Amino acid sequence: MVDSLTYTPQITLEFKIGEKDFFVAGECASRVKKTLQQLGLKQNVIKRIAIIIYEAAMNVAIHATSGMVTVHVEPDAITIRTEDVGAGIEDIDLAMKEGYSTATYEIREMGFGAGMGLSNIKQCSDDLKIESKVGVGTTLNAKVYFQDQTRQADG
Amino acid sequence: MTLKEVQEVLEAQVLCGNDECLKRGVSICFACDLISEMLLYLKPHSLLITSLTNAHVIHAAQVMDVKAVLFVGGRKPDQSVITSGELNKIPLLATQLLTFDCCGRLYEKGIKTDKQ
Repeated sequence: MVDSLTYTPQITLEFKIGEKDFFVAGECASRVKKTLQQLGLKQNVIKRIAIIIYEAAMNVAIHATSGMVTVHVEPDAITIRTEDVGAGIEDIDLAMKEGYSTATYEIREMGFGAGMGLSNIKQCSDDLKIESKVGVGTTLNAKVYFQDQTRQADG
Repeated sequence: MTLKEVQEVLEAQVLCGNDECLKRGVSICFACDLISEMLLYLKPHSLLITSLTNAHVIHAAQVMDVKAVLFVGGRKPDQSVITSGELNKIPLLATQLLTFDCCGRLYEKGIKTDKQ
């Protein structure tokens, strides 16, 4: 399921996520964390990136019919992009509100759907952009700079 | 407090983790059943107490550098989850006790939540 992981010379990691492919979402975060550890990045930066990937990939698995997670390592930052085809988000401001969720009982039973995903992503990102079209899909772009050590996610 | 002592205090069964793993010390603990809360609040090297038994618990534990996971209320994960714990070197324990009793017993033994 996770063999879609590919490397390019610029270090780009890509994961394909299918509808309700919940397991892969967690795998993405685990895999990227291990790769970034090998690159020698700081623990708190790695953790923030892993959290963003976990939450963003879960959102794709939960709400979209298919999607892609791309992690691009740049000299001074990492960008995480998720692009999906699916229902889209009607009201992004509302979706960003902690506690707001449209997840089903099945999702909640798994320990997700608490309405914390996007706010967790926002908290861990230096830059965050979300664009969505209802009935078409959603694109999320999150950036984490290596130098900003003041906003650690792990304390 | 070592994981071995945690196991004894909580009358827990070891699902994975050898004797060497159980010698690891643990001083902070976090209990919850929401993955997003785990990602938000878990401090490195914590003992995670949860009643969730799916693969996401291991993923979250791995991402957040958890020292060990304790499953409560007699719940046990599938073998695939236990294997994942083994592969990620995360000891897994299971007890019949419920969350409140686990936390209470550990608190009495000096295990606290992180100060921050």
